[in-house]
This record gives sequence, structure tokens and C-alpha cells, in this order.
Amino acid sequence: MRPFDPSADYPLGSERPDLITTPSGMPLGALTVDALVGGTIPQGDLRATAETLGMQAAVARANGRADLAENLERAAELTAIPDEMILDIYTALRPRRSSAHDLEALATRLEHDHLAVSVAAFIREAAVAYADRGLLA
Amino acid sequence: MTRRDARAQRDVRKEVFIEPIPELGLITMDGPTDPRPGITIDGGVISEIDGVSADDFDIIDRFLAGHGIDAGIAVEAMGIPDLDLARMLVSVDVPRADLVRLSAGLTPAKLAKVVSLLDPVEMMYALKKLRARRSPANQAHVTNRKENPALLAADAAEAAARGFAEIETTVGVARYAPFNAIAILVGSQAGRPGVLTQCAVEERRNLHLGLRGLTTYSETLSVYGTAGALIDGDDTPWSKAFLASAYASRGIKVRFTSGTGSEALMGHADGCSMLYLEARCLAMIRGAGSQGVQNGSISLVALPLALPGGSRVILAENLIAAWLGLEVASGNDAISSHSPIRKTAKLMGQLLPGTDFITSGYSVMPRYDNVFGGGNYDAEDLDEWAIIQRDWQVDGGIEPLSEDAAIEVRRRGALAIQAVFAGLGFPPITDVEVETAVTGFDSTAMPDRDRSADAAAADRAVADGVSGADVAIALSAAAFDDIAEAVLGMQRLRVSADYLQTSAIVDAAWTVRSAINEPNDYTGPGTGYRLEGDRWELLRTLPHQQDAADLAAAAGPGGVTRWDVGPAGTSSDPLDVVIAVGPGYMGILGSTIAGHGHPAVLAAISDGVTAGGGHPRFVRVLRTADLAFIGHDAAVLAGSGVAIGLQSKGTAVIHQSDLEPLDNLELFSMAPLLTLDAYYAIGENAASYALGTAPSPVPIEIDNYARAKLIVKTTLMHARESEAVTPDAEPVEFDLEFTEG
Repeated sequence: MRPFDPSADYPLGSERPDLITTPSGMPLGALTVDALVGGTIPQGDLRATAETLGMQAAVARANGRADLAENLERAAELTAIPDEMILDIYTALRPRRSSAHDLEALATRLEHDHLAVSVAAFIREAAVAYADRGLLA
Repeated sequence: MTRRDARAQRDVRKEVFIEPIPELGLITMDGPTDPRPGITIDGGVISEIDGVSADDFDIIDRFLAGHGIDAGIAVEAMGIPDLDLARMLVSVDVPRADLVRLSAGLTPAKLAKVVSLLDPVEMMYALKKLRARRSPANQAHVTNRKENPALLAADAAEAAARGFAEIETTVGVARYAPFNAIAILVGSQAGRPGVLTQCAVEERRNLHLGLRGLTTYSETLSVYGTAGALIDGDDTPWSKAFLASAYASRGIKVRFTSGTGSEALMGHADGCSMLYLEARCLAMIRGAGSQGVQNGSISLVALPLALPGGSRVILAENLIAAWLGLEVASGNDAISSHSPIRKTAKLMGQLLPGTDFITSGYSVMPRYDNVFGGGNYDAEDLDEWAIIQRDWQVDGGIEPLSEDAAIEVRRRGALAIQAVFAGLGFPPITDVEVETAVTGFDSTAMPDRDRSADAAAADRAVADGVSGADVAIALSAAAFDDIAEAVLGMQRLRVSADYLQTSAIVDAAWTVRSAINEPNDYTGPGTGYRLEGDRWELLRTLPHQQDAADLAAAAGPGGVTRWDVGPAGTSSDPLDVVIAVGPGYMGILGSTIAGHGHPAVLAAISDGVTAGGGHPRFVRVLRTADLAFIGHDAAVLAGSGVAIGLQSKGTAVIHQSDLEPLDNLELFSMAPLLTLDAYYAIGENAASYALGTAPSPVPIEIDNYARAKLIVKTTLMHARESEAVTPDAEPVEFDLEFTEG
């Protein structure tokens, strides 16, 4: 298989469909109305994988959008996080919702349970800034 | 009424204009206490931004030091003098990519300062160069006051067919969110596959809609340029950046929202100008990793427009966003003025350069049904928009659509949502609702639905996790195969995630077009996106434009017979008044520009001459179509020396043989305003001149718009008359016999 080239393989959907699957492993070409009606596409399977978002991050980086790349790298990690937890993390990051301990516990949990290393680092960075600016609970 | 009262009653005088109040942030740009641009970097770490040292960083500076400003580029970029950077923005020799790279090293004060050195045309030029995507596009708003799903779907289908790349809806009642999202998803895909949709609601509901595949983008992430305003909005740069990642993780396109005036409105401007604070927002937005922003004052547009430089600052903020490499949805959505002149003058700043989305929401419904608070441009303005595009040869992202085509696509959308509601067990959409949605003007005509039943069903849809996949299955079951395929296509987009890149839209062939694969490559004349070829033909062809051939077609003169008597001679009758027509009269042309049949005009003039005591005689001049010469040639033949010249389009002159051809006794140049009574009076006056008495001039109605309405027809009719000219031919005398009426 030809290696992924982030500066040439965009759009992935048309240029590198061989690299794209759903979370359950279905290729793009298998996502048909017939498959949908026949029930072969698992519920909630029509979304990007961490790998796909990682490749999109590489595309953004190769095109000079480092901040967008970091966002997509965090997004790739968040694919493994349940919906409710996502909203809880958002709430925890709002002003004066969390103590330093709360945010550290959250970061540790993300790192250990979900391998969300860059999200954890982002939360720790926020915790330091919040402490300096009086935005902790 | 006095002059004073008349001026005071103009619509634009309903608006409030004030002098700047810098301490309240009510100043557009170059505030007296705006920070001076500056940066200090110690060992690769940013230790000072715009005069604030790290110890005093607020939450935004803190975030920018880590994310919004690239310390590796800052020394180079901040070292370029302001004026040099400003000149680079408008130089064809400095490509976009170089400017976007440098922008990563600029502080907010520097961005604001440099842009403030440009005049409006320079800003427009820079914006044209810096737009992220090669071609501009547009976004639609679709809502209605009854939140009727059939009407939402019909309007979304029409918006999609008109070429909008994105469609946004919102809710009056929050619980309706899933229904409204489904209605515009189905409607949009019925209109054109690939249109992105969103439903603007509170974040938790919003995220839910997105992760169920009922929406594909979101632009609800608002930020503000001071710590006070941001925290009042219950967010930090980190919480918003996290939310952006959360949306991306579910395959949902995100753009942030910011805009001048929000900090002043919230009482947290900290004495800074609107543009400086917006530059802080935009640096933060890029630092948060957003691909783009909706800015241009948005819903607060009337606040900067109350101040000197209002339109200019809004253009400046769009420009800074583009300079930072962000996709820009450039406002023009909320009502900016009571005055159509004023709001459209403001629009030119974005329309002429072209932005990624010219409006952040063009209301495709009548204003009554816009629950975003009224649209700056509405359904009633669609023809104007298309004509302005045609006037300037500029792509404003909206395609002309005939009423027949609109009705057809509206029906497709409304029938599809009817089938989806039936298939998913939602309260039924009746055939009357469908038909009214297709042909009615606004939601007042729509039958009332059982709103509590709808809300309860919408709650169940949330609880059951109804998804985009379920919608596709329902469409397929009802044999809407192509719409089912399109709704599934929207789900597939979320799998490949290509549309998360900067400034992505999706065309009808499912090609994602973004700043990655279609970057703006404008570097001066002959480069970049230009409205030409098939696209120009599409945008310039108005459904209601007229066929030039029809405008100057001959109307058969019924009920009259004309025969030529022979060559027109000179008369010795002192009461002889010649009525001379042009070479196309009652031949190649049959009626005047005012719509009077040629025989009726001749009858009126002839009757007038007779009533005035003259003897009328008809002559056709063949050698010229020029009114002065038709009239003068005829006057030379007339025994009285007085003649009436008449062109086929109805323009008339009373001439006299001893005058120079280009002189006259009376000229009636505004043919559209001439009634048959006026022609009668012209005949009467000509007879008076023949008798040597002094008539009062014929009274003429005034219509200042006659020229605007009829100049095309005038030109075409005159061209046809000129075709009928036979050079050197002698005039011919003719007679008429009216056989009826």
C-alpha cells in the first residue's frame, strides 16, 4: 500500500479511500443505502476514526495550519470518549467550575483510561492558567 | 411639509449616530488607548504582548502566548514596519501564503494597526487576495415562525437549488431542534446533494444533533476580545477550544463567531477600539484550532454603524480573519440599516472582493419568517441580488432560479419530509401543509400543527437517538432513492472528515472543495477565481429577462387598411398639414413604445388637425429614421409649411419648413408618456401654427422612471426603424380606412 502523503492525498475520501474506514472497519465504498437498509452498518458507525482525524491533522500541518492540526489531534483522541463525558469535560473547563485537583484528576483519567495525552496536556495547561487568573472553583 | 420634516422622515433618520466614546469601547479603530504593537521573546517564550508583560497577562494573552502567536515567526513578522506590511497586503507580488505565514507572528495590536492603514478599496483588494477558498460561496438562513417542517424543507430545498453551500436554521422552541434539523437536512438534500446544514441551539443540544448526523456544521462557538466579556459569556479560550475539538471528533465542521461591538455591548471593552478587540478574538480563534470564523459584527452590526467608520471597521475585521488564514463567513446577515442604500453600500465591501461566505445567512424566506431577528436580505431581495451579481460580473454565491423550478424543488423537499415524518412515526404532515408550503408566501398561510404533539415527538426522537441514517432509511422506504443517497452521503462526509479542513464546501458531485485542494491563488489580473464561462452564463441569465426580439416585434395593425396614394407632392393648400411617419410605421413596427396602435395614433393626430381647422395629409418618409428630418422633410411638402413628424416608437415633433432641420416648434421626446389625447392635442396645435395662431404647448405627463424602464425598448425599436430606411427614396403619400371600431 502506498504510504500516506499529507501534502498530496487530500481529499482523503476521493484520493485515498483505501485508508478510510468507519470505526467498525467498513470501507467508504460499503456505505450504501442498501447496506443501511439491510442493517449491516452498525448504529453510530457513520463517523470518523481517530486514525482518519490523525491523517486530517497531518494534512492541516502540511498546509501550514499547525493550530488546526493540534485541534484535530485532540479530536482524534476524543473519538474514544463517550458523548456525556465530552460535555462534562466542557463544563469542567468553564470558568470557576473546577478546582486544580478536579482538573488534574480529569487529565489523569483521560491520559490513563482513554490514552488522550494531548487533551490531558491541554487541560493541565488550562489548570495552570486558571490558577494564575483566579478562574478555579 | 417643510424641507426639515421631509428629511427627518427618511427611514435612515430612524437610526442613531453618535461620536466615538473610547472609554466605552465605542470607537471603531485606532482607539486613543489601544496598546502599541510589541512583543518580547525570551528563550523562545513570549514574555510580553502589546505592552503587557507575562505577569500581567489576562486569560486571553495567556492563551495567545501558547497558541495564537507563533514565537518562531514573531521576531521576523513584528520587525516589519506597519506601512511595509500594509503595502504587502495589497501587492500583487506578495502571495497569500507568505502573508498568512507572517500573520502567525503578529500580535493583535499589530494586526489592527496595519489594517487600519488601508483605505476601503485597499481593504477590498487585500480581502480578495487573502480569501481562503478560491471561489466565494454563500450561506442561507431557513426558519419560519410556525416551525412548520414542510415549509422548512421547502425553503431549504429552494435555498439548495439556488446554490447556497450551507444552510442554517434555529428554533423558537428549543425542543423542536431535532425536527428543524431533520427538515432542513431532508430539504437541502432534495434541492442539491452536498449542502452542509446546521441548527443553531444551545451547545449540548447542538452537539447531540451533530453526533446523530442530523447536522454537519456548527458556528455557535462565540468568543469575545476581553477577559471580562469572555468570562461573562461563561467560557475561557480553553473551554471553547475544547468544544471545537469535541465537534471535530464527531466529524462536525466548526467555525467560531466573533464580531466588533460585542465587548462594548457587554460593558467589557476595557477602553479599547472594536478592531483591536476583534483582532484579539481572531488570534484566539486561530489559536484554538478553528478552521474559520463568522465575523463582521453579525447581530450587533448596528452598533459599529452608529459610529464613524462603521462599514470600514467591519470590512477590516473580515480582512484580519482572512489574513490569519481563517475561513470567513462575513456577516451581512442581521439587519444593518433601515436604508436599502446604506446596507447595500456596506455589502459591497464583501460582495465585490468575494469572501468564503458572502453572508453568514441570507434569509431565503420573507422577513416575517426569519426567527434570527429578520434578515438583512430576504426572499423579496433575491432578484436584486442576482441583478447586482450580473451588473458587476461578480459571484455572490446565489444562482437565479425560475419560479417554475423553485416550485418543483420546493415540492420535492416538502414531499420528502412528509415521507420522513410518516416513516419515523412523527405527527403526520398533511397534503394541505405540503401544498401550502410549496406555493404559499409565508407561514401565515400554513395550517397550524399540534405543537405539543410535535414537541413531545421531538423529545422522543432525542431519547430514541433518531439519526441521519434513520432519515436515509425512511427516505429509501418511501422510494425517495436519490434523496436517501444524498442524506447518506452527508453521513459519509463525516467518515472521511475532509470537510473539517479550512473553508470546505461540498459540491453536487460530492467533491470537497477547501483551501487545501482549491486554495485562493489570486496574484493579480489574469489569475485566481474570475466569474466567466459557464458560471457567468448561469449567473447572468435572469429568469425574467426578456427576449430582445419580442420587445420590438411588429403588432399587426388590425381593423385598418392603408394604401399608398403615390409619391408625395408639394401642396398649395395653405391649410395643408402633413403628418409624416417613419419608414417602419405600420410596417416593420405596429405600435408605439407606450403601446398605442399606430393607426389609432394617426387617427388621433388627424382628428386634432381637423378640429384645429387644418387639412391633414399622411406621408411616409423612407430615407431617414431621424425624427428631425422626418418632420422637416414633411414640412417642406406641406402647403401650410407645418408638419408633424412621428417615429414608429411614438416620438413626435411639430416642424416648420423655414426652420433648420434640428430646430422645431414643439418636440415630444418622451414617447412613453404620450397618450392618444396628447396626440390629438399635437394635431390641434399643428393646425394652429398653420393658421398662424399661437397655441398653448401640449401638456405632458412626467414620469422620471420612463427612461429607466424603456430605454432598452427605445433602442431596439429605433434600430428596427433604421433597418426600414431606404436611402434616397422619395416620401410616399398614403391614406387609411378604418374598417371597425
